[in-house]
Amino acid sequence: MKSKIFNILLICAFFLTLGAFPTKVFSKEAKAEKFDAGKTAMEHIADKHEWHLFGEKVVVPLPIILYTDKGFEFFSSANFNTEGNIYKGKYYNYSLVHDKIKAVDQAGKVDDVATKKVWDFSITQNIAGMWLSGLVLIFVFLSASSGYKKRVGKAPKGLQSFVEPIILFIRDDVARPNIGVKYERFMPLLLTVFFFILINNFFGMIPFFPGGYNLTGNIAVTFTLAFIIFLVINLNGNKYYWKHIFSPNPWWLFPIMIPVEIVGIFSKPIALMIRLFANMLAGHIVIISLISLIFIFNTLWIAPVSIGFALFIDVIEVLVVFLQAYVFTILSALFIGMAVQEHHEAQQEVI
Amino acid sequence: MDLVSPNPGLILWTAITFLILLFILRKYAWKPILKAVTDRENSIESALLKAEAVKEEMTRLTSENEALLKQARAERDAILAEGTKVKNQIISEAKESAQKEGSRQIELARIEINNQKAIAMADVKNQVASLSLEIAEKILRKQFEDSKKQDELVKELLKEVKLS
Repeated sequence: MKSKIFNILLICAFFLTLGAFPTKVFSKEAKAEKFDAGKTAMEHIADKHEWHLFGEKVVVPLPIILYTDKGFEFFSSANFNTEGNIYKGKYYNYSLVHDKIKAVDQAGKVDDVATKKVWDFSITQNIAGMWLSGLVLIFVFLSASSGYKKRVGKAPKGLQSFVEPIILFIRDDVARPNIGVKYERFMPLLLTVFFFILINNFFGMIPFFPGGYNLTGNIAVTFTLAFIIFLVINLNGNKYYWKHIFSPNPWWLFPIMIPVEIVGIFSKPIALMIRLFANMLAGHIVIISLISLIFIFNTLWIAPVSIGFALFIDVIEVLVVFLQAYVFTILSALFIGMAVQEHHEAQQEVI
Repeated sequence: MDLVSPNPGLILWTAITFLILLFILRKYAWKPILKAVTDRENSIESALLKAEAVKEEMTRLTSENEALLKQARAERDAILAEGTKVKNQIISEAKESAQKEGSRQIELARIEINNQKAIAMADVKNQVASLSLEIAEKILRKQFEDSKKQDELVKELLKEVKLS
């Protein structure tokens, strides 16, 4: 107990000493350019064309793939670091403006008409991170799967015993109660969704390699996941599901209920999309804002406070990481269950 | 506004990645894992059921054994009781026959004794008779030594004859 208190005091003393040093470096920068927390936060949560492994120092250039009206363009993002941020491509000249690729003229002025013709399919930091997380998932679950092959009928061991409870949790507490007897068909989808979101949420929480990206807090990603769930729900909807939408019980409710139900078809996946996106984004913004306090106040004295709060939010975020993956999965299961359930009408009458 | 406008490139790559991931994991991870888990659950359940059945079988066997033991004990008791009864019967029969034999022997002895007695008596009677005759002869001889007495007797006898 004593040594613990001593350690805490030591850490505080360390920060105090740091604070005692004149923060020349910071003050110089601050004079040269006023620190903008909002801009920093937006930059942090946005996708990038380079992979920031450890902060801004260790950066891996990533391939740029552009589809223009004249054809494809492939080049490395390292090209933007030279010659004043302008790359002369085959068809247009490109430049990075706030991490977005724009078509520019010789002088570096953004050409909006040409930019609209350029579609950006580059391998960005998010995509590279997503592939890395995908490889991790494949490695983890294929080795777990081989464990089942090696030790048929035996108790799980190692990685197997780590993933098995989660898989069983998804099966017994998410899929089975919400979908019912047909749950087995949707298990692979739900498991993939859950682990994909979980690992990317987690990697997002790590501030450096293999994390440092913000995939699940990006609306394009949550949109894609929600769209896949939307397709699964509506392609698997049985006659009870469609009957429920297009013929509400008393006939005179038709004019009100049909539009409401049609909105419902789309609002379910949209809710999934927004929830995951907003939750993960908010976590990232809160943490980066707390860290930004150090730079806003321009003193190291604030560092213990802001690190303490950031740590606190980080711990909450660890919970949110699990919670959001779980919520996305259980709601997907619920919506799928509503679409595939038999005797939908009978159940409603009971209610 | 950048924040909420999805980037088509990211959508495309996410979709491709996710679908490939889904395909690979489905084929090589989820299906084998779920199958293995289900199989194991089934085998555990069947093992439990089997154990339960074996337990029941055991109880059945135990109770059967107990019943058998009980029956054997009862049989033993019955056999013992039967044996005792037979023994007692044999003893009593033996006693009875011994008694009968004894009494028969006694009877025979008595008859023999009586016979012997009768024979002896007859013998004695003969002896007595012959002795009496001898005595009478001797007495008569003595009495009829004088003729007077003989005449007297003859006379007397003759008188008696006349009377009749």
